[in-house]
Amino acid sequence: MATEHAGNAQQVLTPSGYIDHHLAFNAKSFGESSFWTLHVDTFAMSVALGIIVMGLIWLVARKATSGVPGKGQAFVELVFGFIDDQVKNIFHGNRHAFIAPTALTVFLWVLVLNSMDFLPVDWVAGIVSFFGGEHATWRAVPTSDINTTFALALAVWILMIFFSIKVKGLGGWVHELFYAPFGGAKFFKPKTAMGIVGLLLSPLLFVANFAFNLIEYISKPLSHALRLFGNMYAGEVIFLLLGMWAATGAGWIIPSAILGAGWSIFHILIVALQAFIFMMLTVVYLAMAHESH
Amino acid sequence: MNINFTLIAQAIAFAVLIWFTVKFVWPPLLSAIETRQKEIADGLAAAQEGKSALEVAAKKSEVTLNEAKQKASEIIGQAEKRGSQIVEEAKGNAKAEGERIIASAKAEIDQEVNRAKEGLRSQVSALAIAGAEKILRKEIDAKAHSEMLSKLAAEL
Repeated sequence: MATEHAGNAQQVLTPSGYIDHHLAFNAKSFGESSFWTLHVDTFAMSVALGIIVMGLIWLVARKATSGVPGKGQAFVELVFGFIDDQVKNIFHGNRHAFIAPTALTVFLWVLVLNSMDFLPVDWVAGIVSFFGGEHATWRAVPTSDINTTFALALAVWILMIFFSIKVKGLGGWVHELFYAPFGGAKFFKPKTAMGIVGLLLSPLLFVANFAFNLIEYISKPLSHALRLFGNMYAGEVIFLLLGMWAATGAGWIIPSAILGAGWSIFHILIVALQAFIFMMLTVVYLAMAHESH
Repeated sequence: MNINFTLIAQAIAFAVLIWFTVKFVWPPLLSAIETRQKEIADGLAAAQEGKSALEVAAKKSEVTLNEAKQKASEIIGQAEKRGSQIVEEAKGNAKAEGERIIASAKAEIDQEVNRAKEGLRSQVSALAIAGAEKILRKEIDAKAHSEMLSKLAAEL
């Protein structure tokens, strides 16, 4: 992918060249198949930001006092209380063991990853081309890389199945796949004509239940990952279009700057909201896995 | 928009971050907040307890004050009673003492009178004897006698 975009990036002044250059990943291939590629920009940005944000929280948490909190601790406790309240309303088990800290990680991490959208796209490109040459590419927003959102969504999906099996047992989970949400043959009274018809038809219920659950298990990670990806990718593209508009003529710089500022302000809402939604869905999915039907 | 190894790398990063938060970030914050919540709850309970204790103490002090007032007025009453009793007693004693003093004074006077009488009697008899002696020595002189007798009589 990097090579094909590098070709386009040579015609820097064409609109499609500009957009392609900004949407190209800094990819490193290390295998024969195209799967063995690492988006260095996505991975480096998310690891660095994860270390910074969780490290800052950790620096406060390790010195947390039960007495009068300092300003830093008060702020961290504000975030803590916000997440804890949300989780408490959805999940009614021992949330402190895993789900609440996971929600905190998801929310803060996704929030800072989304926030990279506020970095002016051309500044990032400028810095990168200063260090890496004219054709170097760098995508600053890891959540506009579908690999990131699917990594998170599939991790949550695996946790969901793990908790389902842990709470209900493997048999209970498989039973639920075939008996929920429409129930099984036990709802029909045997020894009557209708009961016999019901018994004969009951395998259809298993099929319906399993199909329903299958769709649910497929749609959950898809919608989870694509919602965040779509929002962040679209946000980035809009910034790129505004940047391109500014480049079409001197008279367009000011209107596009005003629109860019407006979109940035609106994007603050999207960045926070998408992080919140992603966190809430994570909690809801994990909480649902704990409930048996 | 191609899925590649980045997905696995990001998932590993995500897992490590979750592990870090579960292990090192969440527990100290939770314990700090829960300890503070407990301390605040304890403080409020203690304040409530103190308040009710204060109320009880105020009630108790009022009761004690009332008792003390009652006792004080009782004591004052007793003291007044006792005072007037003492005055009455003192009056009685004084009266009795006065009467006794008067009686003893009277007795002394009587005694003195009797003693004087006795003295006079002995003096009269001595005078009578002396007069008789003088009369006998000077012989009887009517004029002289009468003069002397009148003298005697005056001396009586």
